[in-house]
Amino acid sequence: MSQQNMIAFAKGLNKSFSGKPAVVDLDLEIHAGQVLAILGANGAGKTTLINILLGRLSHDSGDVNLFNAKAGSLEAKRLIGAMLQVANLPETLKIKEHIRLFQSYYPNPMPYEKVLAYAGLEKMQNRYSKKLSGGEKQRLLFALSICGNPKLLFLDEPSVGMDMESRQSMWQAIRDLKRAGTSIVLTTHYLQEADSLADEILLLKDGKVVKRGSSEEIKASVNHTSIRFCSDLDAAVFEGFEGVVNCSKSGKYIEVQTSNTSQCLQQILAQYSDLEDVTVERAGLEEAFKQLSQ
Amino acid sequence: MDTIQSHSDNKQTMTFSKNVNVYWQETKFEWLKSIRNPAFALPAITFPGLFYVFFGVLMNGHNPQAATYLLCTYGVFGVMGPALFSFGAGLAIERGQGWLDIKSASPMPGGAQVISRLFVSMGFSVLILLSLGGIAASLTDISLTLSQVSLLSVILVLGGLPFCLLGLTLGLSLKAESAPVVINMVYLPMSFLSGLWIPIAMLPSFLQSFAEFLPPYHLSQLALKVVGLDAGGSVAGHVLILALFSGIFYVFAVLASRKKAN
Repeated sequence: MSQQNMIAFAKGLNKSFSGKPAVVDLDLEIHAGQVLAILGANGAGKTTLINILLGRLSHDSGDVNLFNAKAGSLEAKRLIGAMLQVANLPETLKIKEHIRLFQSYYPNPMPYEKVLAYAGLEKMQNRYSKKLSGGEKQRLLFALSICGNPKLLFLDEPSVGMDMESRQSMWQAIRDLKRAGTSIVLTTHYLQEADSLADEILLLKDGKVVKRGSSEEIKASVNHTSIRFCSDLDAAVFEGFEGVVNCSKSGKYIEVQTSNTSQCLQQILAQYSDLEDVTVERAGLEEAFKQLSQ
Repeated sequence: MDTIQSHSDNKQTMTFSKNVNVYWQETKFEWLKSIRNPAFALPAITFPGLFYVFFGVLMNGHNPQAATYLLCTYGVFGVMGPALFSFGAGLAIERGQGWLDIKSASPMPGGAQVISRLFVSMGFSVLILLSLGGIAASLTDISLTLSQVSLLSVILVLGGLPFCLLGLTLGLSLKAESAPVVINMVYLPMSFLSGLWIPIAMLPSFLQSFAEFLPPYHLSQLALKVVGLDAGGSVAGHVLILALFSGIFYVFAVLASRKKAN
């Protein structure tokens, strides 16, 4: 992604709540037409980060910039959309009324029919929000977040409470929006959601970025096998072998992480046939994320 | 490095008519939301009328003066209800649901939320005054001139303002679960102690002097002045005290919303 396409950034961001750090020295760039997924366990700082970017929370230090405007300014708000976690909506308004109201907030709203189509609400325009299921409520909140034709869309846990079918159609809507030029920042618990949508993934732990990269890069770094063996050699010796991403030594054991198990193992054994206690262990994606955010 | 290219279409401005439209839409949907909510609309509209029928018509034995007096005080009681509940309970509940977070993340002008509720409260006030007026005209021997009726209506509808601001403060500070109860505990005793249910002169004298510190008392005195049944205070004095209360409640509301923002 080129620098010119950057539409928003945070730099050296810090935020703590009564002394307890929630976001630590965080850098972040959002580019045009990019889907950025922020992953992390509960309390990792995802929602705090989103709220700072939306200007709903003040930050202690660092810079936040959206479209050359201050986070939370009217100018920024008109260019973004936000889907936040909400327990309930006012029950006595209909879906179409909620959408009409939110459209009126923006200078150039997205056409009504288009909002309905993206959110898959065509058949329930006249339903009161009281009568909606959890997943339908999420779809309405999604509709409200795109009413303004946003250039940057924040989705906080968008598919919570959705069944598989609605989740798939929301993912499709996110892809369509991206194709139409909208940048999307989403937080999620679902690895699969980030995997199938995101161009870049940011893994947060205790308010810090512990891993960032494209979905492929993250996979390459985590979807590897660990070859462990006993050796007196230095860990660095093994760095040149096939597909090796990381080598480390703890005690007598050396752990070589590789994306190409068989080649790497063959090469190592061909060169050092005296290794003892060799084990090979494959880490799944889910497991690897757990490992990274431990 | 840290530069963001300016896109010509990034500057988005609202035309004047679009800005007016936001307030109109917000008010329209706030009204629909409230009138469709039986838990809010039903007591707000019917309770003042029911109370008036009971105390002002059935209990007072065809005394036109008492009926006139109570029409004014139940009018005050009526306009306080939607002001306190739309702002207080309504706002506290939507805040508790996280719904206001969605609104505050949108470019809705902050004033739209307050202005729309203000108009909705006034709309309910009009309905309440119509119902009280209908009862008075059909069931009592009250005779008021057209100018008295108009002046009374204007005073009562505008007089809801301090209670809207009080409701706003409560709505921003209270938890959703406790808001309706707390507001009733403010609303009902304050109404009684201000002499809205039974005339102030029938209360013990220490309570009569305490009423001076309550805003509904002063609004009721303004209303009673129109029909010549007030206790004799000056119009300017009552207006000043109501304005003072409005100012205090406004400051509290601003403080409460700042506290919420941090």
